[in-house]
Amino acid sequence: MSTITVTPIATYRTEDKYPFCPGCGHSIILDRLNEAMIRLDMDPSQVVLVSDIGCVGLSDEYFTTSAFHGLHGRSSTYATGIKLANPELDVIVLMGDGGTGIGGTHLLSAARRNIGITVIVMNNLNFGMTGGQHSVTTPEAGVTPTTPLGNLEHPLDIVATVGVNGAAYAYRGSSFDKDIADRLVEAIEKPGFALLDIWDLCTAYYIRANKFTRAGMEEDMRSWGLEPGLLYERDVVEYADGYRRIHADLAGKPPPTPRPIPVTHEHHLDRPMSIVVAGSAGGKIRSAVKSVAFGAIKSGLWAAQRDDFPVTVKAGHSVSQLWLSPEPMPLRTVTRPDVLLIISGDGFAKAGPYLERMTAEDLVITIPDYAELDTDAKVVVFDPKAATERIPKTSMGLVYTTIAMTMVDPFPLDALRDVCSAGSFAEVNLQAMNTGLELAG
Amino acid sequence: MTTSARAYEYIDGATAIVRGALDAGCTFFAGYPITPASAILMQMTNELPKVGGVAMQGEDEIASIGMCIGAAMAGAKAMTASSAPGLSLYSENIGLAIMGEVPLVIVHMQRLGPATGGATTVAQGDVQFVRWGTGGGYPVIVLAPSTVPESYALTVKAFELAERFRLPVFVVSDKELGMTLSAVDVADYPAVEPVERPTRTSGLPHAFDQPGKVSPIRQYGEGDPFRVTGSTHDEGAYITKLPEKVAALNEHLIAKIEDHLDELEFVDADLDAGAKTLVISYGVSAGASRAAVEQSRDGGTPTSMLVVHSLWPVPERALAEAMEGIERVIVPELNMGLYRREIERIAGDRDVLGVNRIDGELITLEEIVDTFS
Repeated sequence: MSTITVTPIATYRTEDKYPFCPGCGHSIILDRLNEAMIRLDMDPSQVVLVSDIGCVGLSDEYFTTSAFHGLHGRSSTYATGIKLANPELDVIVLMGDGGTGIGGTHLLSAARRNIGITVIVMNNLNFGMTGGQHSVTTPEAGVTPTTPLGNLEHPLDIVATVGVNGAAYAYRGSSFDKDIADRLVEAIEKPGFALLDIWDLCTAYYIRANKFTRAGMEEDMRSWGLEPGLLYERDVVEYADGYRRIHADLAGKPPPTPRPIPVTHEHHLDRPMSIVVAGSAGGKIRSAVKSVAFGAIKSGLWAAQRDDFPVTVKAGHSVSQLWLSPEPMPLRTVTRPDVLLIISGDGFAKAGPYLERMTAEDLVITIPDYAELDTDAKVVVFDPKAATERIPKTSMGLVYTTIAMTMVDPFPLDALRDVCSAGSFAEVNLQAMNTGLELAG
Repeated sequence: MTTSARAYEYIDGATAIVRGALDAGCTFFAGYPITPASAILMQMTNELPKVGGVAMQGEDEIASIGMCIGAAMAGAKAMTASSAPGLSLYSENIGLAIMGEVPLVIVHMQRLGPATGGATTVAQGDVQFVRWGTGGGYPVIVLAPSTVPESYALTVKAFELAERFRLPVFVVSDKELGMTLSAVDVADYPAVEPVERPTRTSGLPHAFDQPGKVSPIRQYGEGDPFRVTGSTHDEGAYITKLPEKVAALNEHLIAKIEDHLDELEFVDADLDAGAKTLVISYGVSAGASRAAVEQSRDGGTPTSMLVVHSLWPVPERALAEAMEGIERVIVPELNMGLYRREIERIAGDRDVLGVNRIDGELITLEEIVDTFS
């Protein structure tokens, strides 16, 4: 038997020197990442470094893994998509405190979801690429070109933000810590969302304008209430994994296909007919009109239904326009309906333009409140109180559309009855239909 | 009366878009709730797990399109759906998808704007916004269905084009087209085969040296490592400022569309010999337009009709052909003439009249017919 010797990859770095300023901590952090990847013997084709914008956004070109260099603050969204589409990949986000600020909601959401990505925040307390402006982590009183008299904002506790909101792993340290590579190994291996907030020195700007040094960094952190160390660690279900698990039973089920409605009756129309039902939201107007449309289609008619309603679905008006036609028609609005049903005050408020255009050939069906309508159309009033059984609000639509169908008769009522008899609301719908027939006499 | 031999289902445009996406092989969707696009998010949530895909509700539209871009580069066919407030947030990532040559389908359900506008109110005010919705002015493809079967067919087409050209392709619909239920003869849906994504497992992620041609896409996890970047880059996706390389990239992003304009013209031309009037419309306004043209013909006046399915690039050849012999062009649309300007620049000396509404109501048949006399 021969022994196969596997030589681990010696480095994930390209031969190019980093582009960062002398003394910048970014180079140190990236070397620690390289060390961690070597230790984990990662397959470079299965690693995606997702870099953000700013100095840190230059990082990914110096590695031999795959990379995605996206837009400012959005790195964790791309990382999320990559991980969800291919959960086998190791996805590592490289971002700064700038990206943390502009993309705060994305980091927070990735943490809450526990997407299995590792986020390294290279936190140098300012915008190093654009001139040293203050960031969300600039300490209070910190002097930057945009806070020349001292920063008045409270610095963001990145670790606590993701940590208290579900992150599996959240660590704060500095580029000078000896154990950064160890922590990176842990973070990459940890199922769920892992974040390392690693502070480093911006030698171009922040440390020139403020008393901030390697020696005092830990003490400064503590004085600002930002303890270093591994502050949050918990076992979680990684999101991509959890998503696939809870959907396992759905896998392989057929996606939707067109299901034609069987034609079982013969219609009575020789030209298109338009019906408008003007009522109140919550009155099941759209459902009632849909039932009529189904009855029409079951009778061989073509139908189209255009609904108008406010954003609040259970209050205000609900107006449905319905076209029935022996032949298909292009989608268009009803301006002068053949039949208008006004069955509530909300509906009446929307009926004006229709009433104005309707003529003596047209029919209005309404409740006693609107018996004296100003219109040329024929007005027929039905009193809901005349019904043997009290009509619930949710049945008003179907009661009055049934009345309309008895009067204009575009297709057999049996077709409507078939529709009403099907489904979980059969009892209520049949009762409404019977009430409609009773009122229509 | 005789019963119809047609086999109808009762369906809205949003559902047809979802079916189109699934039949085109969509495996990833991310979106943020917004009327009138929410139905797509909810249906994709239920449907994608059946085909082994993933649907996400993002924390906002920026995250939603960002996830789609990431997923697309990791092997998924991705789609998102929103309306103008969401398209506003998509803006920067539309640019990233153009720059990174990321295939992506963006469904845009128009509602009345600006700002929050009318959530449940129809409009067609975004036909220029979708074209110019990100910096740089580089081309995208915008398809506009005007019926339920077209909503299905053009969504399938959008995936095909997004894969072929590696860029964001828009399907522009609206509140009425998306939410109006209508009887559709199931025979009116075209049979489709999902287009295989052309991929490769090694080599550079981009090719700029073959004019008008797009390199097969690289996907994360398959073959050698590769890069994607939103910065100006060379064929290896390494950031560059070298003018010849910058020019090669940017000219490629334009040429890959402009060299194929003939293949990107999609219209429904219903031309009438001897017509002096041509109605050009798109989307929901095509409904009343078709009805008005029908009425005019029934009255004995030859009248031509053209429904634009590919709003961008503007189908200039088809439009010019349809205008031959035409004296007057009528352009009904639910804005104050946003697409009419594209017609006007092709129309020469012809009269070009708009029929326009911005009150949240649909253009009526009568309003269009009135312009014929």
